[in-house]
Amino acid sequence: MRLRMNQAITMAIADEMELDSRVVVFGEDVAVADGVFKTSEGLLAKFGPDRVRDTPISEMGFLGMAVGAAMTGLRPVAEIMFIEFLGVALDQVVTEAALMHYLSGGRYQVPLVVRASVGSGLGFGCQHSQTLERWLLGTPGLTVAVASGARSAYGLTRAAIRENNPVVLLEPRTLYGERENVEPGEGSVFALGTAEVVREGTDVTLVTLGQTVRVALAAADAAPWSAEVIDLRTIMPWDKERVLESVQKTGHLVVVEENQYTGGWGTDIAAHVAGEAFGSLKGPVLRVTAPDVPVPYGLELEQHFLPSAAYVTNQVSELLSTKKIPAPWWKEFA
Amino acid sequence: MSDATKNPSSPSVQRRLELQATPLGRLERMIEIRLFEDRIVELFADGLVPGTTHTMQGQEAVPVGVAAATRPSDVVCCTYRGHGVALALGVQTEAVLGEILGRQIGCMGGLGGSMHLSDPDVNLLPTFAIVGAGIPVAIGAALTFATTKSDNVALSVFGDGATNIGAFHEGLNLAKVWNLPAIFICENNLYGEYSPLATTTAVSDIADRALSFGMNSETVDGQDVDAVEATIARVVERARNGGGPTLVEAKTYRYSGHSRSDQGLYRPEGELEAWKSRDPIELFAKKLDANGDLGGHTLDELRAQQRERFDDVQRRVLESPSATVSDMFTHVLAPNH
Repeated sequence: MRLRMNQAITMAIADEMELDSRVVVFGEDVAVADGVFKTSEGLLAKFGPDRVRDTPISEMGFLGMAVGAAMTGLRPVAEIMFIEFLGVALDQVVTEAALMHYLSGGRYQVPLVVRASVGSGLGFGCQHSQTLERWLLGTPGLTVAVASGARSAYGLTRAAIRENNPVVLLEPRTLYGERENVEPGEGSVFALGTAEVVREGTDVTLVTLGQTVRVALAAADAAPWSAEVIDLRTIMPWDKERVLESVQKTGHLVVVEENQYTGGWGTDIAAHVAGEAFGSLKGPVLRVTAPDVPVPYGLELEQHFLPSAAYVTNQVSELLSTKKIPAPWWKEFA
Repeated sequence: MSDATKNPSSPSVQRRLELQATPLGRLERMIEIRLFEDRIVELFADGLVPGTTHTMQGQEAVPVGVAAATRPSDVVCCTYRGHGVALALGVQTEAVLGEILGRQIGCMGGLGGSMHLSDPDVNLLPTFAIVGAGIPVAIGAALTFATTKSDNVALSVFGDGATNIGAFHEGLNLAKVWNLPAIFICENNLYGEYSPLATTTAVSDIADRALSFGMNSETVDGQDVDAVEATIARVVERARNGGGPTLVEAKTYRYSGHSRSDQGLYRPEGELEAWKSRDPIELFAKKLDANGDLGGHTLDELRAQQRERFDDVQRRVLESPSATVSDMFTHVLAPNH
């Protein structure tokens, strides 16, 4: 069926709540108001106020509560409305949730899902437009996944709720209203940590995730070269095998990221592939990213900030023809 | 699920019941905690305790009173000043000492250390090394109890310093808004790290902070173990019956510095001595003696018994193997099946 991403997320949560009475949902305005992005529409009516709760605007409080609930028998799905709001509660995710299994000699588990909307493209300004997965990467004990549309959101959400470890699930805000074909049910649930080849190709591997999956696909469709596009879906842990296999075939790796250049998630992919597939590479590894500036306000500037399909096509074309890293568009400014 | 004691025959549960059985059992545990902390200081000086450690000599009546008034199935979240809480709740002495000394026999295999003690048998969640972090986590356990219609409660034990951090205020507000079975126990020992309460905290009575949440509060003499037990029992009973959360302020004092590097040079002259004149162990022993509850022993004899017992534990722990390189690769992620 054709579902918007917010409908797919709601359906995935509802499907797991049906299967497992320990699954509970809470966050700011997720119950009575159905979620500000309508990602919990109808859950309160269906599952009642014991399982679907509105919290105060109190991320440190309710994420800590989620950790304690997860350790004592519930399976909470907590919503952080905008990923930036995780900043006031980061301790509970990276220092508490991620470490409690380890710190109990394996005797406590933290089956917790933290969902958060991310990304630019809607003109919210720089404090409501970041992706910020960099805050979480490299935290042992934590799994981090990013949805790229209704279909992956459905599978990732259900898999995350079943996981016995804390998972942060990031949802690009621009995609909530976008429709995709989703077949609800077990067949659409896939393992965390697995990437998907969303387009097969022979000349270059484009590794991406979140809302830039669509950018990379559009770039590939318009290009004279043949690109294999991989939607990582999970960035911690990421699917090294699938990426290496593709690069060994194509000989080129380009990572397409929404985030700024410095410290982006793609650095890890680039470093690993450059080391492990060195002999297969026919050119340098390229990262196509946003510049090292805050996300600008205004739709026009914001669209310029984000890597566009045309920009990706041009960058990759130059890489393939020169075998050198092309200069980024912002080189005259920074 | 934590709505029942997972393992009633667990040695930790048995040890908890010993403490609850008689006043003498509580006195002995207080003596054990004092001795334990004094020995940790010595072992630290001998170079056997890595990093740092936070001891709580002088505060023994609080954890022992709490352990006396609660069930092993009630969840406890505690801070890094947690040796005494762990021992009071029933965690084995060798498991606590072993953890502090990095041994496999430790309650988390020697990978956590002094600040991270845990025992699911008595529902002690891994103690929290981040000030205030355990407060909202305790509320989560209380939410589990509310959701599963259990009459267990969740207790959070923290210092006065934690009441200035956001987690305290967010946690208490949430607990009250949802009327959760959570008990917040502040060990007000007058200092947050090196800083006196008056220089960091807008109120001198922590219990007053409950007013801003419309929450029930109690203040108790933290040097009087019977008073602590009675107060905790009262507010726990209230929470079990749907009466919601309470903030308890226990007025107490730590004889030691904040951590091993702190000599406590900031104390006003005579303050330490004044508190020592109301030592919780001496006070309770005197009371039990007057009631004929010392079982025919003197306090010195009881101390000697605990020393003998501890010497044996210490010898066994020091002979036991340290955590190995391969141990650090365990329990990073929980299995999914």
